[in-house]
Amino acid sequence: MMARAAFLVIAGIAVAAALALVLRRNTVHGALFLVVNLGCVAALYLMLGAIFLAAAQIIVYAGAIMVLFVFAIMVLIPGKEETGPDPRRTWRLLAAPLGGALLLELILLVVGRTAAPAPTGAAPSDNVAAIGRLLFTDYLLPFELTSVLLLAAMVGVLLLARSREGSAEPQGAGPEASVRGSAKPQGSEPEASLR
Amino acid sequence: MIPESWYLALSAVLFTIGVVGVVIRRNPLVIFMSIELALNAANLALVAFGQRTGSPDGQALVFFVMAVAAAEVAVGLAIIVAIFRVRQRLSVDELSMMRW
Repeated sequence: MMARAAFLVIAGIAVAAALALVLRRNTVHGALFLVVNLGCVAALYLMLGAIFLAAAQIIVYAGAIMVLFVFAIMVLIPGKEETGPDPRRTWRLLAAPLGGALLLELILLVVGRTAAPAPTGAAPSDNVAAIGRLLFTDYLLPFELTSVLLLAAMVGVLLLARSREGSAEPQGAGPEASVRGSAKPQGSEPEASLR
Repeated sequence: MIPESWYLALSAVLFTIGVVGVVIRRNPLVIFMSIELALNAANLALVAFGQRTGSPDGQALVFFVMAVAAAEVAVGLAIIVAIFRVRQRLSVDELSMMRW
């Protein structure tokens, strides 16, 4: 009973934060509401026994990705884009019935399909070890491909965020590129704020 | 013990909110954050499904989703910054250059 009450509280906070992200005008507030939502989902991961994912959620999402988001919002001058009247308001109002239909569909699917057997959750203590073993045995190839994907994303970001004027310098080697790739938002900030 | 369908229902609600956010907002950054919301809802459903069998495969899959989402966010934000540099405005309604 305690667990259900805790779930309901966390779920309520998560839904409220998600609604605030979508409905509020202020982009920075939206980013902070998304952090709240991610934290709630991490708490739910903990309740499901997924310790590793809860930690990864906090570190990767709420830490790294949201910092990147907030940085981009700061660079791109928030609040200057959605102030005027919406010329396509009637079209956007269609989102309400469409969203309702989607929600109904998903709920029907969920309710119809889960005649769940008794959950046999793995012991939380060996959760991290189990995932690590799985990642480096069964999923070794996808794991390595992920690192290639991240490298490709880094190089692509480097190329996209490079300023037009300073393009004379050659493409750096691996280590140098990684340093410049991680320093991308700082590099692009002054230019945008100059204007 | 919390029934699995509760997690799935919450996941459905969060996913719908994310999709609606993508549709109704004009700021590409908020649209991006709504996509992250929907991805997270899918992750929650994956973990809930994984708990049914007791094997950590679902959690490994969520780990890969997180890695791909990180790459996607980096590239997407770089594209948005590049667009903003050229156009000085930020509204998806004006980005119809590549439409037919």
